[in-house]
Amino acid sequence: MSELLSPEILMSIMTAAMGVATIILLAALGELVTERAGIWNMGVEGTMLSGCLIAYLVMASTGSPILAALVAMGAGLAVGLLIGFMTVTLRVDHFVTGLGFNLLASGLTLFWFRSYVGRGKPPSYSTIDKAPIPVLSDIPVIGPILFDQHLLTYIAFFSVPVIAFFLRRTTFGLETRAAGENPQFLEAKGLSVATRQYSALLFGSALTALGGAFLMLTFADQFRPDISGGRGWLAIVAVIAGNWRPVRTMIAVMVFAILDSVAVHAQGVGVDVPYQFFLMLPYVASILLLVMIRSRSGQPAKLGVPYLRH
Amino acid sequence: MSTPTIEARGLCKSFGPVRANHNISFSVDAGELFCLFGENGAGKSTLSACLTGLYPPNDGDILFKGEPLRMASAADAIRSGIGLVHQHFVLVPDFTVLENIVIGSEKGLIVPYKEAEAKLRQICETYGIEIEPNALVRDLSVGERQWAELLKALYFDADLLILDEPTATLDIENSKKLFRIIDKLKADGVALILISHFLDEVMQADRVAVLRQGELVGIRKTAETTPEELTRMMVGRDVEPKHREHSDVGPARLVLENVTVAGVGQVPDLNDVSFTIHQGEILGIAGVAGNGQNPLMEVIAGVRRPAFGRIILDGVVISDKAARDIKDMGLGHIPDDRFVEGLVPELSIEENLILGDHRGEYARGAFLDFPKMRQRAEQAIKEFQISTPSADIPAGNLSGGNAQRVILAREKRLATKVLLANQPTRGLDIGVIEYIHTRLLEKRAEGVAMLIASSELEDLLSLCDRIGVLFQGRLMGIVKTDQTNLEEIGLLMAGQPLENAA
Repeated sequence: MSELLSPEILMSIMTAAMGVATIILLAALGELVTERAGIWNMGVEGTMLSGCLIAYLVMASTGSPILAALVAMGAGLAVGLLIGFMTVTLRVDHFVTGLGFNLLASGLTLFWFRSYVGRGKPPSYSTIDKAPIPVLSDIPVIGPILFDQHLLTYIAFFSVPVIAFFLRRTTFGLETRAAGENPQFLEAKGLSVATRQYSALLFGSALTALGGAFLMLTFADQFRPDISGGRGWLAIVAVIAGNWRPVRTMIAVMVFAILDSVAVHAQGVGVDVPYQFFLMLPYVASILLLVMIRSRSGQPAKLGVPYLRH
Repeated sequence: MSTPTIEARGLCKSFGPVRANHNISFSVDAGELFCLFGENGAGKSTLSACLTGLYPPNDGDILFKGEPLRMASAADAIRSGIGLVHQHFVLVPDFTVLENIVIGSEKGLIVPYKEAEAKLRQICETYGIEIEPNALVRDLSVGERQWAELLKALYFDADLLILDEPTATLDIENSKKLFRIIDKLKADGVALILISHFLDEVMQADRVAVLRQGELVGIRKTAETTPEELTRMMVGRDVEPKHREHSDVGPARLVLENVTVAGVGQVPDLNDVSFTIHQGEILGIAGVAGNGQNPLMEVIAGVRRPAFGRIILDGVVISDKAARDIKDMGLGHIPDDRFVEGLVPELSIEENLILGDHRGEYARGAFLDFPKMRQRAEQAIKEFQISTPSADIPAGNLSGGNAQRVILAREKRLATKVLLANQPTRGLDIGVIEYIHTRLLEKRAEGVAMLIASSELEDLLSLCDRIGVLFQGRLMGIVKTDQTNLEEIGLLMAGQPLENAA
């Protein structure tokens, strides 16, 4: 175990954790906005997985990471539209919709991947490079951890205050929150609840798919079944543990990301504890977090309740 | 003659076969207070929904300042300058007052909170409303929420303001304040439509339109009419004032001795309350809701335990008994929230009618006695004039008046000794209130001791032998109904103790 505590390994764990956090944070922020609008989207895992596959297909075909990320976000929009149609327009139970979509995504991505690869070997590519920030990345210790990362990592963490500002200070953010708290109120003001819920779902799903694309482009050189590995679920837990607040959600994400990173390093360094034990850590932590943080004061009052217009 | 602010011409609105509004025409001028008066279900709320764009009318025209109004949504109404103050609060509890108000009112990307707050404070000052813009609505009292609801409409300078039962949740003092604000709005040239079924409010309007079963019965100037005429128009017949026969008061039936019920904090919910109700006597509890009425009913019914003191029913101490045993001794309880404590909304009317008795008379071993239940349901629906297509529909689908009849039918049977009724007529219209009064007085003639809490003083004055007033959990005093007046009760309600309590 002590191998993990050497300064070099700790640095490496923290640096990698920022990358893992990017994946979960993008999905968690997307889910947070979606849930604030009243939609309890359980399809985060499937959305992320779809983002992974699309990013892989585009990257393998064109070699352009930017195009891969954009097309993955496009796929996320399509997923958001589908889930919106189910939950907002047809008013299907949010949990059933999300769980059903996850099963669909798991099967469909595998099917598509196999069809694409055919009998040959799956194409692979080299992961994308980091974008260190000049000067700042030279600071000892925190420089490499915070400022020698991928572009999307900066964007994801910068999104935390941006989304907090959006929800708190903008008209559309206020209306989005109202949709989750009291949809009748919005309707009485002549403002469409459906528009706000669809918008939140589209935004959230695109962000989640972008998280999947980031996973695909930085952590793996080729797709494999269920590559998202439960990180979508961790995003949902992070939102709950974060009491539906952006900054607290980010902190919960960091806990998961660090443990996830520890698990990866434990395999690499070769500690005498079975590595499966470490793989379990983020999920054990998610349960512990939910047990410890029982406050749900931030939960939107009408979260997960299909809204029926009169 | 100037153009009226709003004019309805031959307005019709149907929901399937139900004619909610039929051929309604009227107009309201700037600076006028116009009242829509009628029983629940007469079509008042539908009419206001048509005027504010929530429902498109099936036929007829609405002219706003002389222009035909074509509204697709409530947003159009707000833009045109029509404000609606809802009967049920449409507020987001987890938002601040300010946030509730700026939604939909402020365009642009960023909410200008500073400017909005300044404007709101200005409005509050102009109309003498005391409210903190940055307080969460969740933390406001019911009365303050009514002000928040009103402020939503005042924030964008409306030319027409529709107030749907605005005083339903206000106490006397705040109702007066509301009418002072209305006077100010009238002076500013705002046209106001007041929807109400309280006569004393209606008489403060300039003109009154009486609606009955979706049709306009007539329009009267308040200066040229009487409350009696309006009531006759509303009900469609004469309403006889009930004469309560004096019944002989028997021996003590229900006795409370120094009953104290602990509250959440330091202040007890019920503080040292003692009284006696005799056989065939009705004790009324006046007081603004939330002053201990619910804890009082609950402690007698055995739902809550007194921290101190005793409750005695026919010589037996019941304050340590389970609610079920107390019920079995002959106690009926009409709780204040019909659809939460009074009924199980998802269960059928038939099932609701026998709940509480389902292990006794309507059980055959572990099974329910369906033929007997059906028989009881049919008899109750007939006897209590519950209007429903069948006994099988969920009780939650009933209107407030019919739901109360179901509860009354059930509890009246159970109450052989004591009947507790908490706000039994709240939100009901005159016809149903009259009916409930009659049935309660029948029970009194049978020697049942009754405790009735109501925020409607009229209720208490026409029903009760004695009236007590609860103020912050304390019994301020008990007066004999025939030896008191509204002023005396008003003083007690305001927390002034009485020297010569009966």
